[in-house]
Amino acid sequence: MFAKHRIPVLAALAAVVPLALSACSGGTEAPAQPSGPVTLTWWHNGTTDPIKSIWEKVVADYHQAHPDVTIKAQPLQNEDFPTKVPLALQGAEPPDVYQSWGAGDLASQITSGKVADITEFTKPWITQTTGKFGENWQVDGKQYGVPFEQHFVGFWYRKDLFQQAGITTPPKTMDELNTAVTQLKAKNIAPIAVGGKDRWPDAFYYNYFAIRECSIDVLKQSVKAVKLEDPCWTKAGQDLKNFLATQPFQTGFAGTPAQQGAGSSAGLVANGKAAMELQGDWEPGTMSSLTEDKQLDSKVGWFPFPSVAGGQGDPAAVLGGGDGFACTTRASKACADFLQYLGTEPVQTQLAAQGAGLPVNTVAAKSLKTDTLRAVYDYGTKAPYLQMYFDRAFPTAVGAALNDAVANMFAGQGTPEGIVTAVNQAAAGNK
Amino acid sequence: MTTATTPVRTAARPSAPAPGRRAKRSGLGKRLELALLLGPALLVFVGFVLVPIGIAAFYSLFEWNGFGPLDDFIGLDNYADAFKGGVFQGAIVHNLIIAGLSIVVQLPLSIGLAMLLNRKLRGRAVLRALVFAPYVLSEAITAVIWVLMLQPNGFADQVLKGAGLGGLVHQWLADPGIVLYTLFAVITWKYVGFGIILLLAGLQGVPAELREAAALDGASAWQITRHVVLPLLGPTIRIWIFLSVIGSLQLFDIVWIMTTGGPANASTTMATYLVDHGFKRYEFGFGSAVAVILFVICFVFALLYQRFALRRDTQGALTRMVG
Repeated sequence: MFAKHRIPVLAALAAVVPLALSACSGGTEAPAQPSGPVTLTWWHNGTTDPIKSIWEKVVADYHQAHPDVTIKAQPLQNEDFPTKVPLALQGAEPPDVYQSWGAGDLASQITSGKVADITEFTKPWITQTTGKFGENWQVDGKQYGVPFEQHFVGFWYRKDLFQQAGITTPPKTMDELNTAVTQLKAKNIAPIAVGGKDRWPDAFYYNYFAIRECSIDVLKQSVKAVKLEDPCWTKAGQDLKNFLATQPFQTGFAGTPAQQGAGSSAGLVANGKAAMELQGDWEPGTMSSLTEDKQLDSKVGWFPFPSVAGGQGDPAAVLGGGDGFACTTRASKACADFLQYLGTEPVQTQLAAQGAGLPVNTVAAKSLKTDTLRAVYDYGTKAPYLQMYFDRAFPTAVGAALNDAVANMFAGQGTPEGIVTAVNQAAAGNK
Repeated sequence: MTTATTPVRTAARPSAPAPGRRAKRSGLGKRLELALLLGPALLVFVGFVLVPIGIAAFYSLFEWNGFGPLDDFIGLDNYADAFKGGVFQGAIVHNLIIAGLSIVVQLPLSIGLAMLLNRKLRGRAVLRALVFAPYVLSEAITAVIWVLMLQPNGFADQVLKGAGLGGLVHQWLADPGIVLYTLFAVITWKYVGFGIILLLAGLQGVPAELREAAALDGASAWQITRHVVLPLLGPTIRIWIFLSVIGSLQLFDIVWIMTTGGPANASTTMATYLVDHGFKRYEFGFGSAVAVILFVICFVFALLYQRFALRRDTQGALTRMVG
């Protein structure tokens, strides 16, 4: 619900020249850790419940346990982060703790010299708390942030509509998925909803086809080199093209938003107007806010992205990402201690129990709200490999170019080779 | 009054020897007054308009992601990249299409409706309020309302089907072939009220005697409109065109919220392209270059338009220099 909740509403275009940042450039000198009472400014995206109340409680609880640390929480709209964080990191007083989705974005932000290397402070506990997942907040082997939630993408589906169409078991292979699509169409049900207007939901399909077509080694090496060379990347594009040719999506999907209103892709599934949607674990939360249906949780199920015949990839590898926080240099020790607290059982249990997301700390998993979410959690954490969404894994500009190229293919333009070329060109610095 | 005040003033300044010198001195005072009154505004203008433009122009010469030091000077490469890219070229074309359509469609529509609303008819006040209402809405709200109405099987489609025009139903926002025109329709819905208010004010300035005189001379209603009313509306129309073209060139909010420039860049404008690259991709150097290009296009248009189209209207409107 949070990692991908990126509706770019109201980006500020105040004037013709909105890009004029303050002229100060980031100094690189390492500031001393302040001794005595510390105030941490905390930028998080918890503007709505349940996470809003959870973070409020966290602030109060933490202060009680650490009287010398005051936390000044500042909830910001999710879509404000891409503009505010660069400006703040360029300015004189960035926040001490800010929302970070790791990987490519974080790597870009580190060049400001204001993001703190917290390897030393987190080493004693990070693996125990976050498992291997915390590595996504590392750049060149150094820890720059800590996750508090993880996300996995798969198909959410309506059990009632599947039954109507006579589909007895969730599809395990692409062939089975195609059959299910045909069966649903025969009953006049839109098989799959996708929020094509927002582009990133389109990208999930290409992401998954690539994960199924490319071996884990190729995935790792390609992301590291920011270069798509192996033919499996083109093969993934071809898979996507073939899949699009079966017309599995709702009418007008290229203009459909993902999460806004009953007409969004999430709303269509929530209200029984479409049978499936490829989305993250946040989807039940998003859907329930778009429907009156109190029984929704019992009506939806989940299955992983099907296997692709002949692919080099591991059929059990999973696509996902997570939410975390990064520290800036002023008070990195205090910040790291605070992030450790967010990974502890009491906080993690609250996050899980109140449906805010999937915890990083395994002890909290049993508190997850529904059996379906527990199943998603088990599937994701046991997967042999987690591929972070490519738009996060790659540097920001490259990720955006990939999403654009995929969205173009969804809109009926572009080729499998075109996606590969777009990524490689963006990586080479071409606009 | 004048005769009474003049001697008093002279009496108050008995030392003023010659009219010439007195004028000069009061000129100096006026200048001081001007500097005092204009100073703060000028400072704000320089600080918040000129300096940022300068900074953006400076940034545009670098390959810069907004974080690190400015050390990758690439000269005019960002500008070359912008013009090389098909998406930006497409964006310029989209802006020009919107500007052209505004003049061809919105202007006649506004003039027609304004003339209609200028007549004495029942419920005129209500009609005027209705037509003007969309203009009062913020662009963001307009966009959200229309996204909901234009979604497949949404309100717009239902109305068309209800009216027996089901064949007209389209994928308004999902079809790259028509999305730009859908957006134009929404923009028209929002801004036609503004044009009408402006033109109604202009129509108030058309003296009734002129119409009457023309009518007495046997001119038809069309002839009166064509040869009396429209020419007198000229200044208003020229201002409207100016505002409309500048607005079309800077088009952003409605497009960003309704389509984010998609699908497949079919509705990208220069401003959405700028925000997409500057903020979403952290290409701040490149984004600055796009901002400068957009600024130059608007600025050049404004200058040329002032010089050639608005000259007649502004003649004599400027106060002559003091002193």
